[in-house]
Order: sequence, then C-alpha cells, then structure tokens
Amino acid sequence: MTSLIEGIWHILFYVCMSKMEIVYVYTKKRSEFGRQCNFSDRPAELHVDILPDISLAANFTVRDPCNVTVQCAEEMSEHEVNTERFESESRGINHVEGGWPKDLNPEDMEVTIRYRKKVEKDEHYQNTIMQIAGLMEHCCKQNNATDIYQEFFEEEDDEVVEESEEQPSAKTINVFRDPNEVKRTATSLCWHPDGNHKLAVAYSSLEFQRAPNDMSFDSYIWDIENPNKPEMTLKPVSPLVCLEYNPKDSHILVGGSYNGQIAYWDTRKGSQPAEMSTIEHSHRDPVYKVIWLQSKTGTDIFSASTDGQVLWWDIRKMSEPFERLVLDPSKKGNLDNALGAVSLEFETTMPTKFMVGTEQGLVVSCNRKAKTPAEKIVCTYSGHHGPIYALQRNPFFPKNFLTVADWTARIWSEDIKESSIMWTKYHMAHLLDGCWSPVRPSVFFTVKMDGTLDVWDILFKQNDPTLSLKVCDEALCSIRVQDNGRFLGCGSQLGTTTLLEVSAGLCTLQKNEKAMVSEMFERETKREKILEARHREMRLKERSRSEQSREDEGKEADGEESTEELVARAEREFFDIMEAEKKKEWNEERQREKEKGVCEEKDFQEEHETNGVSSFTRREISL
Amino acid sequence: MLDIECAGAEVEETIKRIQSQKGVQGIIIVNAEGIPIKSTLDNSSTVQYAGNVHQLLMKARGMVRDIDPQNDLTFLRVRSKKNEIMIAPDKDYFLIVIQNPTE
Repeated sequence: MTSLIEGIWHILFYVCMSKMEIVYVYTKKRSEFGRQCNFSDRPAELHVDILPDISLAANFTVRDPCNVTVQCAEEMSEHEVNTERFESESRGINHVEGGWPKDLNPEDMEVTIRYRKKVEKDEHYQNTIMQIAGLMEHCCKQNNATDIYQEFFEEEDDEVVEESEEQPSAKTINVFRDPNEVKRTATSLCWHPDGNHKLAVAYSSLEFQRAPNDMSFDSYIWDIENPNKPEMTLKPVSPLVCLEYNPKDSHILVGGSYNGQIAYWDTRKGSQPAEMSTIEHSHRDPVYKVIWLQSKTGTDIFSASTDGQVLWWDIRKMSEPFERLVLDPSKKGNLDNALGAVSLEFETTMPTKFMVGTEQGLVVSCNRKAKTPAEKIVCTYSGHHGPIYALQRNPFFPKNFLTVADWTARIWSEDIKESSIMWTKYHMAHLLDGCWSPVRPSVFFTVKMDGTLDVWDILFKQNDPTLSLKVCDEALCSIRVQDNGRFLGCGSQLGTTTLLEVSAGLCTLQKNEKAMVSEMFERETKREKILEARHREMRLKERSRSEQSREDEGKEADGEESTEELVARAEREFFDIMEAEKKKEWNEERQREKEKGVCEEKDFQEEHETNGVSSFTRREISL
Repeated sequence: MLDIECAGAEVEETIKRIQSQKGVQGIIIVNAEGIPIKSTLDNSSTVQYAGNVHQLLMKARGMVRDIDPQNDLTFLRVRSKKNEIMIAPDKDYFLIVIQNPTE
C-alpha cells in the first residue's frame, strides 16, 4: 500500500544569495508526512562553495579619476501633501449668557444687579480699572488725533491711468465637481442675474446613445462660496442641455432638455419643474439653446434644436409654442431640408433680429417681424467647417459678431456675407465654446477640446491668444463670463466647473479702446469688401471670357484639328521654356568661370608676393 | 467707607470721561468669567461682545507669548470698516471700548 501511495515529494529550498539561485532538493516519504518534526543536530556541512571567477573581472575597468559631484548646500526635498477632503458646514451658535456663579439665577435682575454692585465695590476691581482705563483713554485720544488710515492722494489715483505692465493672468478660485458617481458633461452655465453669487450648471451627456443607464438627470445651482454641495438641485425629466436664468426675475430658470422638451423652474417652489412643454409640440432633438426674449410680460423664450426648428414659447402656456420657424435655406419651410441649429443669438437692443448657428457651419440671420415665413430668413454667412458652437454679438459693436466652430474662432461683420473679417489660426484642438468679455470690446474667451482656455485680446495680439491656460485635462465644453468681466466659469466634459478670475488688465477698459476696436473692425470690413468686389469682378470676367471663348470655338471648323494644334502649341511652349532655362544656366556657368579665372590670377599673385604656399590651396579655392 | 466710595466715584468718573471722547460708542467692563460688570450698551450686544472678545483675547495673548514667552499682551485693537474695538486686558478684568474714529 505504502509503496503504491509512496510518492516522492520534492521540497525545494531556494536560497537567493547574491542573485544566484541555490537549490537544495530533499525527499520525504509520503507516509512520513504529518509526523512531528524531530530535529537533530549535526555538524555544519558545506553545500555550495562558489569560488571567484577571475574572468568576470575582465568586464570591469578601473576608472581613475572618478568624478563625484558634491554640493555644499542644504538638502531639501519637495513634498506634496493632499489632505482628505473634509466637508465643512457653516452653523450658527446661539450665545446665551454664562459665567454667573452657580447659585445665581442670571434671569433674576435684582440678584445680578446686586452681584455687579458687589464687584464694583471691590478694591482690586477699582485699581485695575483705573489702570487700564488710563491706557484706553490714551488710545481713544490717539484715534481722534490722527486718522492713520486716511487715504492720501486719492484723487490723483483716479487720474493716473494705471498702465498696468502686469502680465495678463487668470487664476482658479473654485472648482465645483459633479457630486454624482457617473460624471456628465457640464454643457451649459448661467450666472445669476443679480449679484453673481450663484451659478446654474446644466449637466447632460451629449454623446449619442452613450449615456449610461444610471446617469442622474439632475442639474445644479451652485453657490460660488460653497463648492462642496450644490445649493439647489433641479430635477428634470430628461437631462438638461441648456439652462438660462430669466434676466428680469432671478427666481425663474428655463431649461432645454435632451429629449426636446422645454421646462421652467421657480426656485422658490422646489426642484421639480413648474411646467414642461408637451412632447408633441416640442423639438425632436436635444434643445441646444434657449434664450429669454424682451417682452412686456417677461415670459417669452425661444429655443433652437438640431431638428431644424426655432420655436417661440410663452412660459405661462407651455402646451404649444406660439411661433415656429423652420431653418430651411431654400425658404420653403421644408423640414427635411432644414439646417440643424446648435446656437442662438439674441441681443435685447435689436429685438427684431436674431441669428442661428447651424450644425452645417452656416450662420443664419433672421428677422422676427417678417410678414411671410420665407422672408424670415434674411441671409446666411458661410465660412466654417463644422457646427457653430457659439455665436455672440460684440456687446459694444453689435454689427460684429463672434462665431466659434471647428478649429477656429471668427469675427464677422453683418455686411460681409462671404467671409469673416477676422479669424484665428487653425488650432490643434476643436474649439467648443466662446464668448465676448462684457467689459472690454477687444477681449473674448474660447475653450478647447484639450482643456485649455484662451483669452484673446485683438488689440494686443491677433495671431495668438493673449493668455492660454490649461484648466483641466478633459475637454472644456462651455464657458460663461460674469457681467463684471472679471470672473468666468467653464464647464468640462467630466462635469467639473471651474471658476476663474482674470487679472485686472483684462477686465478694465483701456484708454481709447472702443475707438481702436471700432477702427480695426472697420478696416477689416473694408478689406473684405474690397476683396469681395474684386472676386466679383474676376468672376464676371471669367464668365464673359468663357462666353467669348465658346463663341470662338464655334467658329473653328474641325474640333480635332484644334486639339492637335493645341497639343503642338503646348509642346512648342514647353521646349521653348526648357531652352530658355538651359541657356540661362549655361550663361551663368560661363559667368562663374570667368570670375573664377580672375580670382585665381589674383590669388596666384598674392601667394607669390607673400610666401610660398603650396599649390593645393589654389585648388581648394577653385573648388 | 469713604475711601471706597471715593474710589468707586473715581472709576465712574474715568468711565464717563472715556465715554465723552469723540466717537466712542460704548464701553464694557467684563470680568474673567465673562460676566459683564458694567456696560453702556444693551444687554444682548454686551453679551455678544463679552463672549467674543474673551476668546479673541485668549488667542492673541497665546500668540504673543508663543512667539516670545517673556512677552505679554498689553492692548488689542481691532479695526473694522465701521469702527474700532479696543480691548485693554488684565488678569481679572478687561475693558472694551468701541469707537468710531473717523469724522
């Protein structure tokens, strides 16, 4: 039995000694397993003796001297520590009077008065008070004598315009992260209209059908002082793609959602939407932009979506839009032909006009007050290669507007429809959003897919951004500047909204800035106009020439002959050109030879005069 | 008895003198336990000042002594947008005066 079961179990010992493996194998009978170990002592045995191998020394060379760097300075090391984030909450404490002796009831007036009187009679008290009152009186008189914090030269400061030589800079003030596990893109931001203490951020996932099932639909309103927890949650039926505060009533917000519905919230009433538009009459695609209109009631909005429609709503009656426009460039109102809208522009100073930025790269300028739907679409501006993510008129010069699309940002003039008047270079990453600074006409901001924020100052530099900041590693999808031009919020693909402050130079109006920007725009517009006129001329000429040549060709008898003649002519021309080139080269060669000859003679003479330089130098020179 | 009364009157006089200085809005005398002994302000403000100043004083004194153990706090002035709060500390009592120095 045992012999059958008997197996040889190897137990290997690995002893690693100076990177060499020494293996010692011993065997033990299976039947002996489990028995207690009987240790016995035995004298030392030499198992392995590894003698030095002299030949290995050949792999090493002796180096003499050895260079060792020594630094006579304090050793320092950099160390970063990041504490675990802890959540803090502000709470108030109600002060209640305390300190009274145990037997005293602080509510009882009489007792407290008596206690106080007792203390006042105490000698120690009197001495102390006399002492410190003296000190106090001195300080009071001091305060009255001179105001140490008086502002001198205040008037002069206002006059001296600070030619701030400081570098434009921007720094991050706060970062608001999406509190959900599954991160969504912060697709749109909106600042609170009064006081800018709150920021509403719409979260959704714009990747087609890639939104995970457990993705939350909530959007948040953040208080900028508290990045830990959003101040309020908005719970729509479908994730919100865009969100806007009503500029007249800061409690009302309207949001356009991913499924095409529009909903509005009243922050006093809670997280659920106060009312939603009916699905049948809403958009069929995500609503990319919603803007509040100027109206007497302050309840009108209009929305745009990639389904090609622009709808006007009154939030009191969300069952159906009160007006509808189909973005059909052929002006027939055909929904199949329609261009998908990705951005909207509306300026309250020009309430009859508005512009739509489309997916196809065209900007469509429309007139609200047109009589027929065909007349509503006034004109289109083409020039971009991709969807126009941002469209905004310059707050100081409404005739010029900024578009951000594909890899560039372009500035247009309303009058020139064929091309933009100014444009940035093609960047490495897509530009996803942009806006003008509300305080400086020459400054605008753009954000890119690689997570950088660019601040452009067209008066300072046109080719490159004045300031380029890497805000985060993922794409930045939206940006919004506060009305004071100083703070801006940008939202990223993972739902992180960063609040940045730009340096004073970028948000204070410089001297003559308006005049200079106006000049620049006019100059560029003029240039484009001239170019446009020239192009038109050339096209006319081409057309007339082609018409003429068609007439000429008609006079030709045989079509084939003319082609042969043409071929022959082409060959002749080609050979003529070749001959001319060859001749030119040959002439040049001869010229060079002549010159060389002159040089050689000169050198030869020199050498003779100076010293006997060997002849090969002459050859060198000729080479 | 007379001496004590005189002394008591002196204290009163001194306090009145400080009160009459230009811009002085209030005076509070607090003892070491935080009980306001004398105050020219209403009760709730007094209690608030007494509680807050005590903590500030401890912190300030601690700071001064931490930097130089042989040093001690003699006076503390807190200047704010609206006024200046001056605190004169002592072992058992402290005196708080709120003054609006400008104008």
